[in-house]
Amino acid sequence: MSGEHHGTDATLAAQVRHVEALLEERGLVDPAELDRALEAFLARASPANGSRVVARAWLDAGFRARLLADGNTALVELGLSMGGGLQEQRLKVVENTADAHNVIVCTLCSCYPIALLGPSPTWYKSEAYRSRVVREPRAVLAEFGFDLDPAVAITVWDASAETRYLVLPRRPAGTHGLDERSLAALVTRNGLIGVAAV
Amino acid sequence: MSRINDVGGMQGFAAIEEEADEPPFHSDWEAHVFAINRALMGRGVYNLDEFRDAVEQMAPQHYLDSSYYEKWLHAISTLLVRKGVVSAEEISAGQVSHD
Repeated sequence: MSGEHHGTDATLAAQVRHVEALLEERGLVDPAELDRALEAFLARASPANGSRVVARAWLDAGFRARLLADGNTALVELGLSMGGGLQEQRLKVVENTADAHNVIVCTLCSCYPIALLGPSPTWYKSEAYRSRVVREPRAVLAEFGFDLDPAVAITVWDASAETRYLVLPRRPAGTHGLDERSLAALVTRNGLIGVAAV
Repeated sequence: MSRINDVGGMQGFAAIEEEADEPPFHSDWEAHVFAINRALMGRGVYNLDEFRDAVEQMAPQHYLDSSYYEKWLHAISTLLVRKGVVSAEEISAGQVSHD
């Protein structure tokens, strides 16, 4: 955690219990239902989804073309969606190539393909990442230990409430013959955000 | 006019801190804030745009001093009062201190 806490953890926990109790009184939330919904959400929304999408795209050129043309429709082929139980957002998949690299951010808040990557890491939501990655993306990637070839152009995609982005990393060399599951295991959440190569 | 959340390109923020093996939530209360927000949007008490707007209306100093889910708690509380679900007095009755 950042140490920038306005309230202490105990104070905030007490306030959340207080608000939850008020909502329970009004019949707007049911604590047991909240727990179940949270558990189901966390089981469903995980970076494993995004990794699977990438592995399939690496193996199946037809799927890759459909994914890049219309992410939401292609996801259905894998039994996935961008809804996450709430309103569905448009998915735009951006493909890394030998001379073009992509990075995603939400400069205004924290928009993120949560259905494909799970809850976002704290750094993604930090003012530091949001302010800097659009001004000095190469320096930011270097802070993640990712020294991108200076000849490779970087595009930073700023997500919005309606449109979320996912990076399609380049398939690593020496991975011929690997099946979808083994390829998916090579893909990291940071690679899907664009702050790692894969 | 931009508000304090519009930090893209702003200079002066520190280095990015990446936490190894970060869990989805750091405390139980964060998970509850997340779940309560989804439940309220799911029930149509408010929508995502209203929620974002409530976060982005925070006073600059308060916004920058608050952790991510603290901003969410603030926005949820603001909207519950604005929508007439609870009164400001009821919300603040739970606050031990603020600042």
